[in-house]
Amino acid sequence: MEVDDHVVIIGASHAAVQLMISLRQQGWLGAITAISDEPHMPYQRPPLSKSYLDGSVEEDRLVLRAAETYDKLKVDFKLGCKVMSIDAKNKQLTLDTGEQIGFTKLALCTGARVRQLDLPGAELEGVHYLRTMDDVKAIRQSAEKASRAVIIGGGYIGLETAASLAKLDIKVTVLETETRLLKRVASDQVSEFYKRLHEEEGVEIRLGSKVVALQGKSQVKSVVCDDNSHNGADMVIIGVGVIPNTELASEAGLVVENGIVVDQFGQTSHPDIVAAGDCTFHPNALLGKSLRLESVPNASEQAKAAAASLCGIKKAYSELPWFWSDQFDVKLQIAGISQGYTEAVVRGDAGKSRSFTVFYIKDQHIIAADCINRPKDFMVAKKLILQQSKINVAALVDESSDVKKLLINGEQ
Amino acid sequence: MPAITYIEFDGTEYHVDVAVGNSVMEGALNNMIDGVVAECGGCCVCCTCHCMIDPEWSKIVGDANDEENELLEMLDVREPTSRLSCQVQVSAEMDGMVVRLPESQY
Repeated sequence: MEVDDHVVIIGASHAAVQLMISLRQQGWLGAITAISDEPHMPYQRPPLSKSYLDGSVEEDRLVLRAAETYDKLKVDFKLGCKVMSIDAKNKQLTLDTGEQIGFTKLALCTGARVRQLDLPGAELEGVHYLRTMDDVKAIRQSAEKASRAVIIGGGYIGLETAASLAKLDIKVTVLETETRLLKRVASDQVSEFYKRLHEEEGVEIRLGSKVVALQGKSQVKSVVCDDNSHNGADMVIIGVGVIPNTELASEAGLVVENGIVVDQFGQTSHPDIVAAGDCTFHPNALLGKSLRLESVPNASEQAKAAAASLCGIKKAYSELPWFWSDQFDVKLQIAGISQGYTEAVVRGDAGKSRSFTVFYIKDQHIIAADCINRPKDFMVAKKLILQQSKINVAALVDESSDVKKLLINGEQ
Repeated sequence: MPAITYIEFDGTEYHVDVAVGNSVMEGALNNMIDGVVAECGGCCVCCTCHCMIDPEWSKIVGDANDEENELLEMLDVREPTSRLSCQVQVSAEMDGMVVRLPESQY
């Protein structure tokens, strides 16, 4: 590592910020430049659909680090600039301003962008997607004069947005094409619970509703489904997933699958280029497979490994994925990835209460847990998943026994 | 700004100024103090920003809230003054406070 070496980071969100911090902690002496197509200094994304949308948290509380921290880190930010191409051979990239920037090492923290729906009327005023702070500023503006909102998509972003808007006294309808909410990621029990929760809070949930058009003159007025139903709306938020930003990497000749392919050290197929965060397709030794995750903890932990790689240190990334979601008074904590489970076991009352846990079991082991207002269960689940010991289902569902005892049993 | 001393498990001390209204967690993150991980960024969901308030200061800081307590209860090493630093908001009265950080946040 020489002082005239230069790391360029494309992106300025969770992965990028952890990467620049870890670079300095690992002794990187050279220059660091972070380039972002957004005009803002790094901010926290998770609150966007939650506390920032419902107004309980304002912009100044979203900053990821204080401005002075970046001065100490000696990071040069280029904000509001788009990287047009990467010349991996000559180690140079070109910005939309025409400026060319050379690098010794490159870190791709390009994240993901929203999947757009090609619907008639999608260009109408009051139609939004939700990914950036500016998106939410626009949503908040629409919400000020809206009395009815339609959310297209019953995934976590859609449901969090529905909850936040409902808190603002807006009548919300969620349209989901599948036969249940959260179908891609949760069990029947959890899907059923979120339907009940939202309905109890006054949100209308319409399943099996495929949207075919948005209507209105200049401002959106209604959302039309394939059964020809019209859902009145003063604002519409489309939340139908994200697409990883991999185009720059592909064009630069890097290996890309469902994300930029990296190894456990954050290394791409080019020796001087690393990647971290939502844009990566990465191996996870604990899960025994490669995957792409949309998760802040993953972005941060992977960035630590990638920064170490850039400093010539091997620090393998291997974390149990986890996620969380806030809706109304319910905090969901998810440990592990439930995909491939053979049995879902419920601890607590999923039918009536707002406090229970679904454990996902495969081959007599817990592979994941959805914990609804159950922080203790979540902490235990994480340990049980990592222990990989055989599980006693009767003990798991026995609420008369402290959940902590499962751990003691597991360790015996 | 109140000055807060963070002591890592290995004895390394950091003396830093933390703005009133910021959390003890934010003070650690803004000063790149490694002993606080804060995976969730301060939402009281991950339990990786554990700190032990110096007993002299624990009265001013106060007790953990219910949600925080459930997470703290599951730690291998919990002390009477253990708190999640994301849940401790810095006030002017905390000028001079000392907090210690655990060996590991996992």
